[in-house]
Amino acid sequence: MDLTIFIIAILKEVMIMTKTKNDKRDKALHPFLVILNKEISDHVRSWRFIILIAIIALTCLASMFTALTNIGKAVKPGDQEGTFFFLKLFTLSDGTLPSFVVFISFLGPLLGISLGFDAVNSEHNNRTLSRVLAQPIYRDYLLNAKFLAALVVISVMFFALVFLVMGFGLISIGIPPTVEEFWRIIFFIFLSTLYVAFWLNLSVLFSVQFRQPATSALSGIAAWLFFTVFYGIIVNLAMKPFTPTPAASDRYIFLFETVKLDLLRIMPNQLFAEATTTLLMPSVRSLGPLSMEQVYGTIPGPLPFGQSLLLVWPQVTGLLAATVICFALSYVSFMKREIRSR
Amino acid sequence: MIELNGLTKKYGSFTAVDQLNLTIRKGEIFGLLGPNGAGKSTTILMMLGLTEPTAGSARVCGIDPMTRPIEVKRKVGYLPEDVGFYSNHNGYENLMFTAMLNGLPERDATDKVNQVLNLVGMTDAADKKTGKYSRGMLQRLGLADVLIKSPEVIILDEPTLGIDPKGVKEFLELIVTLSRADGLTVIFSSHDLHHVQQVCDRVGLFVNGRLLAEGDIPSLSRKLFTKSPFVIEISLARNVTANQDFSREKNNIDHLREILNPVEGITDIELENDIFQIACSHDATSEIAKAVVDANEKLIYLNKKEYGLDDIYYRYFEGGNDHD
Repeated sequence: MDLTIFIIAILKEVMIMTKTKNDKRDKALHPFLVILNKEISDHVRSWRFIILIAIIALTCLASMFTALTNIGKAVKPGDQEGTFFFLKLFTLSDGTLPSFVVFISFLGPLLGISLGFDAVNSEHNNRTLSRVLAQPIYRDYLLNAKFLAALVVISVMFFALVFLVMGFGLISIGIPPTVEEFWRIIFFIFLSTLYVAFWLNLSVLFSVQFRQPATSALSGIAAWLFFTVFYGIIVNLAMKPFTPTPAASDRYIFLFETVKLDLLRIMPNQLFAEATTTLLMPSVRSLGPLSMEQVYGTIPGPLPFGQSLLLVWPQVTGLLAATVICFALSYVSFMKREIRSR
Repeated sequence: MIELNGLTKKYGSFTAVDQLNLTIRKGEIFGLLGPNGAGKSTTILMMLGLTEPTAGSARVCGIDPMTRPIEVKRKVGYLPEDVGFYSNHNGYENLMFTAMLNGLPERDATDKVNQVLNLVGMTDAADKKTGKYSRGMLQRLGLADVLIKSPEVIILDEPTLGIDPKGVKEFLELIVTLSRADGLTVIFSSHDLHHVQQVCDRVGLFVNGRLLAEGDIPSLSRKLFTKSPFVIEISLARNVTANQDFSREKNNIDHLREILNPVEGITDIELENDIFQIACSHDATSEIAKAVVDANEKLIYLNKKEYGLDDIYYRYFEGGNDHD
């Protein structure tokens, strides 16, 4: 009896849905949505995206399994982070495989760059750009839709992936996440999406600037390598002459450390690493050097979610600003460009 | 329909389009003729508001494409030079995309796409990926793409480039049929004068960013060859001899002058490769023939020379440098 009612209800829903679908066929879609639809479907159907998603899913699942096998050892009695057991799924590693967070920060840029590097120049090389722009649409629709489509694809993918990891974790360790942990994870997904959005915008900028997709892809990868590998070395080298001697004053040491950290924070991956660490490890209390007075008398313990969020707010703003700057540059350059068929 | 006033486009010190004044009326097929780099494409881009003119103004369907490009693009279909489609989609999907971009609801878009596919004869190839299309098919799909929005004006930039002669003929016939059936205004740019000559009501000649002349082909030739719009070539049996000296040639011309004395309107006679070129102010072919035969000369060759676009083209492009 219940089953029949259930089935009838489902059938009703389906009928309503098909009916609205028919109605939709008679309504004109906004041109922006038309482009967005096309871009999203192009992304999802492309081999590039399938390969990327396979790489990322595989590595993340692998890191999840190492986390799961080691999670028993990780929890010690009396550990202040013991209450945030579930978050360990994302940060734990036994040294053989990096943790989930490290994987995301490593593969995220690759994802962003590969989704954006041929956004505009491929349209140009296929000579579809002038045809599309001769339609009654504003020029920025195309650029905005390209950006938004990639962002939608990325965020859906991240949400799916993280929820998948959470689900697996839930089944295997049997401890549900607390509300606070849940919100920390959600914010972590937002942050990852934002981080990838930065790389996406950088590669879209290159795709507007360079006619050849290969050049723009290479520039994106060069920027990524520069930030992940060389920038840190350069900062260390540059700061070396100023390394404080053991006799240096506290104030000097503090200044030195602050300047060095600020220089490193130009890197988007540094910002991302700091922000995710704080979010997923609630015991992190500060991201900069602390003086003895500040530490003195503190009770060791995890920060509440609101305080962690407050701590990473500058990092989030910095990432957002970098993203917006890249987008603005590509926007201006694209809007000013003369669209020739060749 | 289209008015261009003093339209100028400069790239740095290079002037691509210089002080262009042009009016195109509704329902006509207008040919923009000129060599590569003459400023045809730039003019078209300015008509669509895709590039900003340095000076001057344009009006398309009474709308300024600079300030209201969307409205212009709603009424004007533009087929770019060397058109491209999304090669991972088939022809039908590509056209559906354009139709939806033009604000057609899905159901109407489907009907319209099928209709235009039928019109350009691409229904059979509609479900093939456009990456596999030949050049001619792409061009026809491009025309279908232009027609989807039911335009008032269609602008075709070098549409015949790279298609074989049969394809060109079909394509041009299609354009003429469409233009006549729906009263479409067509602007058609090409460097191939024969294609332009076949279809266009009026022609504008572009050289180095300037419109040197415009008008229909007879009036263009009248404008160009003002002194002697008609040239009749004749050859007489008697003077087909080798090693003619100058005086003999002169004699021959004088002789012919005598013969043709009764014919009115002859302005000049020249001898070139044993053929007399008789320039006259009106069509005097029959009078000349009669006069020659009456004088007992053996007329072996008679030809009324008409100035086609070829002559106009070369004449202008030779003269093109003098204008600067």
